[in-house]
Amino acid sequence: MTENKLPLRASLAASVSRTAAALSRATGRGDGSVIGGRLGMMIDPDLLAHLAAGRRIALVSGTNGKTTTTRFTAAAVGVLGDVATNSFGANMPTGHTSALARAGATPYAVLEVDEHYLAQVLRATTPLVVALLNLSRDQLDRAKEVAMMAQLWRDALADHPDVHVVANADDPMVVYAAAAHAASGEGKVTWFSAGQRWREDAHVCPACGAHIERDETDADAWRCATGDLARPAPQWTVDESAVIDPEGVRHEVKLQLPGKVNVGNAATALAVAHRFGVSPADAAPKLAEVASVAGRYAQVDRDGRNIRLLLAKNPASWLEAFDMAEEQPTLLSINARDPDGFDTSWLFDVDFAPLRGRQVLITGDRAYDLAVRLQVNDVPFTHVKSFDEAVAAVPPGRLEVIANYTAFQDIRAELDRVV
Amino acid sequence: MSSALQIVWVYPDLLSTYGDRGNMLILAHRAKLRGIPVDTLEVRSDQALPYGDIYLIGGGEDGPQALAAQRLAADRGLHRAVDRRAVVFAVCAGYQLLGNSFFAKGAKCDGLGLLDLHSDRGPTRAVGELAGDIDPALGLPMLTGFENHGGRTHLGPEVKPLAKVRAGIGNDGATEGAWSGTVIGTYSHGPALSRNPALADLLLRWATGEESLAAPDDTWHTRLRGERLGAVGLV
Repeated sequence: MTENKLPLRASLAASVSRTAAALSRATGRGDGSVIGGRLGMMIDPDLLAHLAAGRRIALVSGTNGKTTTTRFTAAAVGVLGDVATNSFGANMPTGHTSALARAGATPYAVLEVDEHYLAQVLRATTPLVVALLNLSRDQLDRAKEVAMMAQLWRDALADHPDVHVVANADDPMVVYAAAAHAASGEGKVTWFSAGQRWREDAHVCPACGAHIERDETDADAWRCATGDLARPAPQWTVDESAVIDPEGVRHEVKLQLPGKVNVGNAATALAVAHRFGVSPADAAPKLAEVASVAGRYAQVDRDGRNIRLLLAKNPASWLEAFDMAEEQPTLLSINARDPDGFDTSWLFDVDFAPLRGRQVLITGDRAYDLAVRLQVNDVPFTHVKSFDEAVAAVPPGRLEVIANYTAFQDIRAELDRVV
Repeated sequence: MSSALQIVWVYPDLLSTYGDRGNMLILAHRAKLRGIPVDTLEVRSDQALPYGDIYLIGGGEDGPQALAAQRLAADRGLHRAVDRRAVVFAVCAGYQLLGNSFFAKGAKCDGLGLLDLHSDRGPTRAVGELAGDIDPALGLPMLTGFENHGGRTHLGPEVKPLAKVRAGIGNDGATEGAWSGTVIGTYSHGPALSRNPALADLLLRWATGEESLAAPDDTWHTRLRGERLGAVGLV
């Protein structure tokens, strides 16, 4: 429903939401997405549904890559016109409400959704497309177990037989979540293959508990030993820096963002945009314009150092960060505050061996946990007390910074909230 | 049989929820520091449990925990290992399944009966820092760890508590973990040995029969312990 047709209460709520968000930004408290959405929803609990009505919406969810994929998808769908999107990573219903209220009447929206809220946001927004990226261990002191999350997604999709799903064929947990939907009718699911580097959460079939078998000759192939679940044939694939569409046409995506994982995210975005009627040839150049995403991948020059920020929140995303980072001096920063989860055990799920041979610096609230991990991993390092000390400790040139969530935000603040 | 110390990680396909690999890596690292040759073996739940000097069992979700208990009961390799006084170090779900019974997915499941204890569901989930004074008979400094479990464990007369709780819940708010012979279980989950290097060395001494091991440079372990015990007011 476009704004001028909103019910009176919803219209008021949307207006309050925008004002509160603007005040929050003006007073430097944040980007305002959460407070604005929360106030709006207090006035009209159905505000998200009211704001979503009449729009063509894509939802993007998964443990990793959802912020970047949302940004890519918004850029791709942007070929058609303005796109409402929660580009600040506020990925719960308050953030969605705020994003739609702020965007005004545009008929397109691309929303990043926290994986725990997918069912709720599906109900409220009745999207055209849902993109399911991956599921892996993340903040286990409070997050749901991986197989349970896959089941919740599967149950949520069962309530929305008409939605189109774009899903990762390489992740058995995602395939389990989407498999019943795929079986419910022809063309319900578009499968993509973006490769899956982290496989430690997909040893066991979520359907039957048997082992997932990997193919020695085909690195991406997998099937459950009892045949309950197998890798579907993907329609969208990647090859080096190209995305290959269902017709077999190669689209070179000249991304500014590093790493193979982002070519996979680009493939997902092109597949979602295709459902909006955007051709991959038109969308691909838009992806190349994305230079950073909420500070991630941003490059900042300071004191002769070119500092690049990489966010890594869980074992799967650390592996991707090592793939992205150049063999240059590297600062690792670890916190364990509320948004990070209080448990640092996951550090032992990450193999830091790729960092051997680089100058490694460590910092953050939980640097000692990391110190023990690196020592056991035979990776020499130096502990520094602050970001400035780290910058001073490396020679002029590139400094790669890999940090988990609040550590990343701390460093971003030091660099004046780079976007 | 190799002359190297055999460290067996039991069923990482089922019981490896969060950093459990760390205990194997830390033991292997500390053995190598002392010049002790080591083989590490990761044994999947569809493989027979091989001969080992130290067996490690990690944490896991309810379904995999119940499945692991069934397969270990059928395999009997762990029972034989305990009979010949091999070392077993089990955390969280792995600790529970060494007992006589435990609860998973709302049902009582048979444990392996290797430790005289049983586990049921507690009123709340225990999540957070865990610390306690370790049984003086083991001659170790204070235990520190992170716990994340919904179970409560009740000890029988054949086992001793690993520690008296100073922070957190452990078994029941009073005691934490259990030990008997060369078998130790704890709710300090994941890479428990990263904060407890002296406990790692105890396992190595038991396994090798060495009276003492050369002291390595434990600067970072010591700083980590100080920080975590400080966080619960115990330094």
